[in-house]
Amino acid sequence: MRIVTARRISQVFFFALFIWLCIVTAVGDKFWQLRHWPVNLFLSLDPLVAIGTILTTQTLYWHLLLALATIILTIILGRFFCSWVCPFGSIHHFVGYLGKRSKPAGQRIKLNRYRKAQGIKYFVLAFLLAGAAFPSISATLQTGLLDPIPLVSRSVNLVLLPIADKPFALLAVTQRLYELAGLIFAVFAAAVLLNLFIPRFYCRFVCPLGALFGVVSRFAIWRIGKNKQACTGCKFCEQHCEGGCEPATTIKIAECVLCFNCRDDCKKMDDCISYQTVASRAGEHTNPDISRRGFILSVASGVLAVPAIRLAGKVGKGWYYKVVRPPGALAEAEFLKRCIKCGQCIKVCPTNVLQPAGIEGGIEGLWTPILNNRIGTSGCQYNCVACGSVCPTSAIRAISLDEKMGKGKFASKGPIKLGTAFVDRNRCLPCSMNKPCIVCEENCPVSPKAIYTAETFNAVRNGRLTVKKAVGSTSLTTGVNTIETAENGLPVDKYGTGDYYCIVEGLSGQMRHPEGEQRWKIRSNTENTILCEGKFETVPAEGAKVIIQVRLQRPLVDIERCIGCGVCEHECPVSGLKAIRISAEGESRSYDRQLLL
Amino acid sequence: MSESEDKKIDRRKFLARGAKAALSIAAASIIAKTLYDKTGPSGEPETGLVSLPDFSVPAKDGQVISVVKGSDRIQTVDKAIDSLGGIERFVKPGDVVVIKPNVAFTTAPGLGATTNPNLVAEVVRLCYTRGQAKTVYVTDNPINDAESCFALSGVGKAAAQAGAKVILPKDRFFKKTTLKGGKLIKNWPILYEPLAKANKIIGIAPVKNHSRAGASMTMKNWYGLLGGRRNVFHQDINLTITELAMLVRPTLVILDGTEVMMTNGPTGGSFSDLRRKDTMIASCDQVAADAFGCTLLDMKIDDLAYLSMAEKAGVGKTDYQSLKPANL
Repeated sequence: MRIVTARRISQVFFFALFIWLCIVTAVGDKFWQLRHWPVNLFLSLDPLVAIGTILTTQTLYWHLLLALATIILTIILGRFFCSWVCPFGSIHHFVGYLGKRSKPAGQRIKLNRYRKAQGIKYFVLAFLLAGAAFPSISATLQTGLLDPIPLVSRSVNLVLLPIADKPFALLAVTQRLYELAGLIFAVFAAAVLLNLFIPRFYCRFVCPLGALFGVVSRFAIWRIGKNKQACTGCKFCEQHCEGGCEPATTIKIAECVLCFNCRDDCKKMDDCISYQTVASRAGEHTNPDISRRGFILSVASGVLAVPAIRLAGKVGKGWYYKVVRPPGALAEAEFLKRCIKCGQCIKVCPTNVLQPAGIEGGIEGLWTPILNNRIGTSGCQYNCVACGSVCPTSAIRAISLDEKMGKGKFASKGPIKLGTAFVDRNRCLPCSMNKPCIVCEENCPVSPKAIYTAETFNAVRNGRLTVKKAVGSTSLTTGVNTIETAENGLPVDKYGTGDYYCIVEGLSGQMRHPEGEQRWKIRSNTENTILCEGKFETVPAEGAKVIIQVRLQRPLVDIERCIGCGVCEHECPVSGLKAIRISAEGESRSYDRQLLL
Repeated sequence: MSESEDKKIDRRKFLARGAKAALSIAAASIIAKTLYDKTGPSGEPETGLVSLPDFSVPAKDGQVISVVKGSDRIQTVDKAIDSLGGIERFVKPGDVVVIKPNVAFTTAPGLGATTNPNLVAEVVRLCYTRGQAKTVYVTDNPINDAESCFALSGVGKAAAQAGAKVILPKDRFFKKTTLKGGKLIKNWPILYEPLAKANKIIGIAPVKNHSRAGASMTMKNWYGLLGGRRNVFHQDINLTITELAMLVRPTLVILDGTEVMMTNGPTGGSFSDLRRKDTMIASCDQVAADAFGCTLLDMKIDDLAYLSMAEKAGVGKTDYQSLKPANL
């Protein structure tokens, strides 16, 4: 078998595996839903994730140990990952092929020449890692913005799969929605379309992971090179060169992505290129082709950019109340040291409440997971810890249900709070519109409920009427009293819904519901009569005033019980700006956002 | 085209070009004529409305409701249905049955917030074995995430194991309906897909305390067929429940009062919210079933306004005693 055939099989295999692992990142009891599938395989293999979190936290989280294998293999073989494993690389490879396939050989060779700008990716890498490297100043992990594995993970999970599944609804019962999916898609699409301009554009100029492999591959034991000095110089080897590493002349080892196209093409000609342990007979450049000045500038910018961004105060005092993080998320500064914006938690979330953030939590929080209770099928599901269980970097800890609910050995700590529900009394139906509702209380999943109600009876508009004639019931228990009013034009049966009552002014001394006040539930009404249940102790005289009241249950939040799950916000029928909303005050993860004594 | 070439145009070319131009003009005019809309959009049109047929069957020997005491749901439900003439009375060979349990929340089956999975499985089994049903669908549009609700309540698995087809509420399964003579249910989406295929519907609900409605039983259970922004209905919950009972005229309802949620409803969440009442009700009359059910919650019929409202609308009888419940 030709080695390029083996490479293509490997690419197809890993690409299919990647897509499959994206699909199975879902909660459920079917075989294709989260049942010990290694859903983080590619993220774990990605050494940039490992090195990034090592710099910010000085630890190697166990999920990421697999990256060591990638590093070791790269030291032995060179940048094999780029052309044999990387799913994003395979997309670029294929689209680049589509773009150049009809072009003549001469033009292809021109497209694949080395460009000085290929050094930019090393600056990108230096910039991103420098921003992560000095926790004593302030560190943030931003490699995920451009690291190809998190990038392709979130693009497939949060954009491509939902689009593909829309007509079939096989992967999700309800259409999954993602805020900022458009921006994620724009980055992805731009990266892919640039291949039509220059093949493997992203890999050659942008990819920080490729840059990291480029640096490591200088030690590679096996490498592509010429096995004899004399060659006709036909440059045929460069017509399909993926890395733009110039195998025809002095090969640039750091740029070589090990596609083996040069070797395959040369076989038909001179057969002077091989994968060998000795250096190329035509000489080789092992180091990345970058200037020291550029490197220092990138590092310095990275180091300074983080404190500059932090001046916004979003991590400290200026924290934004809508940045509600998933259960088990670390305190914000620690969270930002680990989150790689891969979107695994967002994909696995069964209710779709987790969303890729915009810059409301600061520029560095872009695409990190936050809860949006308006989107999705529910708030944060009470008995679910899926997000933490898939997080590859433990930015969201893998908590147990007991820990989330504050049961068992976590009983003394209490449940994990994501924030606190606040009632917006200006928008709440029973609080400001005289309409019964109380959906929030009904749906609160905590037992005893964290939302409770205060019952009030409020006079309805134009509800103070004059008695013309009243007839009391004779039966003590189930009697029906009739009140005929002087006013004519009550909305027929409006008050017969079980929510309306009437009182007689002055009959019990006071109008506003003191204890023991006589109040009769209205059973039905016509334009000028009201039928109500119960028994008049004194039949109201002609000319007395009768007041129609609506019974309201107004929501109150028991702040000590509320866990901030957002189910109330999700269910609130005031669907634009919800009348009950979760704010991050009181969230368990941060000491400085506590509200209670 | 350059000027010199333009001059070279001959008659034949001119005619061909003229013909193409005429055709293009005609095509553009025809398209404009066909699509011409003088009035503009009229807001939301009430088109494609669906309606639900009457799924009910007449009671045998006037026996409308039966109430069975006992702690084993399988035994009590079997006996309750048998007292009404057996499942054969309701499900005929070849029937397509929709079973509507209450799967509203992602709570464990023991907590009583959702219909007991073994009870659902038993009714599915009865439909297939004794009723000779062709297909039994089990469906609901839960409040919490649908897939999670069916999984965590145990209803999905139990129903599927008994041979039922579980239908999760996909967006495209909803069609709009308007209740004739209704005030609230107008042009509103309901979970129509499974109902369209069925000729029988059986509701199975637990008895639960409910802060807004007072109690959630078989009539309130139909709320789970509504789609859209259905929570606005809480503004007038009694009329909503009444209209739901008018909308769905079921073949049979089963009300499970084995363990009754007395407090913290309708979500519950703790065993301390439950009390054993060891009662199973099967009824052709949903109002009568719920009227009996409210006694299990220590409530009076007058405490639930929707019962008398539904009675007034001709849905059923609140005076269940006059129906002489079997076994009571």
